[in-house]
Amino acid sequence: MSVLVYIENVQGKFKKSTFEVISFAAAIAQKQNLPLVALSIGDVSDEELGKAGKYGVTKVLKAVGDSLKEMNVQPYASVIAQAAKAENAKVIVLSASFSGKGIAPRVAIKLDAGLADNVIDLPVMDGPFIVKKGAFSGKAFAFVEISSDVKVISMIPNSYKVVESPGSAAITIFETQIEAKDLTVTVKETKRSTDKVSLPDAELVVSAGRGMKGPENWGMIEELANTLGAATACSKPVSDAGWRPHSEHVGQTGIAISPNLYIAIGISGAIQHLAGVSSSKVIVVVNKDPEAPFFKAADYGIVGDAFEIVPRLVEAAKAFKSSQNG
Amino acid sequence: MKILVCIANVPDTTAKINFTPDNKEFVSTGVTFILNPYDEIALSKAVDLTTGGGTVTVINIGDASTEPTIRKALAIGATDAVRVNSKPRDGYFVARQIAEYVKTNPFDLILCGRESSDSNGSSVPAMLAELLGIPCVLFAKRLTIEGTTATLEQEIEGGKEILSSPLPLVAGASEGMAEWKIPNMRGIMSARTKPLVVIEPIEVPQHTTVKSYDKPIPRSSVKLIAAEDAGKLFDMLRDEKKVI
Ligand SMILES: Cc1cc2nc3c(=O)[nH]c(=O)nc-3n(C[C@H](O)[C@H](O)[C@H](O)COP(=O)(O)OP(=O)(O)OC[C@H]3O[C@@H](n4cnc5c(N)ncnc54)[C@H](O)[C@@H]3O)c2cc1C
Repeated sequence: MSVLVYIENVQGKFKKSTFEVISFAAAIAQKQNLPLVALSIGDVSDEELGKAGKYGVTKVLKAVGDSLKEMNVQPYASVIAQAAKAENAKVIVLSASFSGKGIAPRVAIKLDAGLADNVIDLPVMDGPFIVKKGAFSGKAFAFVEISSDVKVISMIPNSYKVVESPGSAAITIFETQIEAKDLTVTVKETKRSTDKVSLPDAELVVSAGRGMKGPENWGMIEELANTLGAATACSKPVSDAGWRPHSEHVGQTGIAISPNLYIAIGISGAIQHLAGVSSSKVIVVVNKDPEAPFFKAADYGIVGDAFEIVPRLVEAAKAFKSSQNG
Repeated sequence: MKILVCIANVPDTTAKINFTPDNKEFVSTGVTFILNPYDEIALSKAVDLTTGGGTVTVINIGDASTEPTIRKALAIGATDAVRVNSKPRDGYFVARQIAEYVKTNPFDLILCGRESSDSNGSSVPAMLAELLGIPCVLFAKRLTIEGTTATLEQEIEGGKEILSSPLPLVAGASEGMAEWKIPNMRGIMSARTKPLVVIEPIEVPQHTTVKSYDKPIPRSSVKLIAAEDAGKLFDMLRDEKKVI
């Protein structure tokens, strides 16, 4: 028996969220007294794979092949299910990333397992196996019991910290069987903006709303984000108007995020917006209207005109960064 | 083209969420229910795709209380509706009911919302696709169909990808796939007489159960920083919160 963690790579590299999910799975494995096995799919160097050993993995399975070069939900889900069977895994852990959300339900069906998606905390495992997840768009949490023998869990990025533990992992090739019926979807094109921090994983997020008046004023928002090493986000009307891409839209109908720091500039704080950002650890609001509802959901508030405040924040952020580096 | 749209009945986005004193159940009295916003995008897309011919069936797993939401979907432009008469226990239960229906009533395309706003789960589309042995594109922002091939744009880590998939296919609708449609008077009138078939659920094993709910601890009141002191923000974030 074992706990299996799927370690997702982006272009051959592991992201911080991968180490989070390994640390999370390691804590489950330890509690259940089971070894932790990691599965990597696609081309990743042994040096990169070896990093998993630093977080509690004892064995890394490496699945490679022509049909596994690009992330593709169906063959990837098949390989994960095959590995889970080969390792007699009782708990299978994935990241609730875009690809993880597409893969986990398929793995659960293949293994006749119960699925808990978007988990935000370590399960309670004394007696029934109970996970905590967000519900009602950030307005509540649900505690869900998984009662099946095999369990599949996907974990929200940024909800568990990376924990190192001494050790190293042996890397072995995992032989897979990919059927033609899993390969009907083809990826025609992939566009990645490598210079930008990806929003769902970002620890720091600078977000702006209709208070910025127009797309031409986003220069200072980007400057603030770049200085801090933050990702940029926006409210729904901003992406609806085409001022910013839809991929930056956070909230109930956009992406839900839980960064360590969310700075909201010129955003009123409508309930549907809060739904996607209220699990941020610290919220800073800049708004010229002292009555803006967002102040009620904020840790720090600055009442003032964004066109005066943001340049001041940019200056301060630059000074802060250079004092940190110096 | 025959399209199936899976719709969920969820609390209004502005609804206050309350639970019974033992925190075991959601209290729905006084709460307005709506068509899940993402499902509404999926439905709008389905209506767009069939303007030149075809049908749009909506399916909902719910008790009789969900019928106003189903009628709204019919008013937006669905051709007919199916209700599986049971509370939606969990994602697996819902996916199994829909798969059962689809096995005897095949469709060219199945559209869902990418997530439901009450359980915040996104498991139904991919589970359904797995049960039917067909592809699923969960975060589809664009969808075009030519013959029996669909081209989709999907969000991925740090970017997007363009995919090509044969039909039938399950697609999860994201923002941007279609404009929200507002039902017009004719739609509302005709919705009353469009067919709504009620079928009984099949038995499904239960793997997950919600044991209780909880609400987040409210944030302590906001600390205001004067505009001229804005520059002190980062020192405060480091010293008081340790987030940078
Ligand atoms: C079903 C549904 C789903 C929705 N989903 C989402 C969602 O996912 N995400 C989302 O964001 N919204 C969503 N909305 C929309 C939401 O209700 C609000 O309309 C939206 O969040 C408002 O965006 P905003 O704060 O940018 O704009 P506004 O509400 O117009 O607020 C602009 C703010 O900027 C301030 N301001 C103006 N000028 C300045 C200045 N010079 N300096 C500083 N501050 C200034 C104003 O005081 C105001 O508070 C949804 C709505 C519905 C009905």
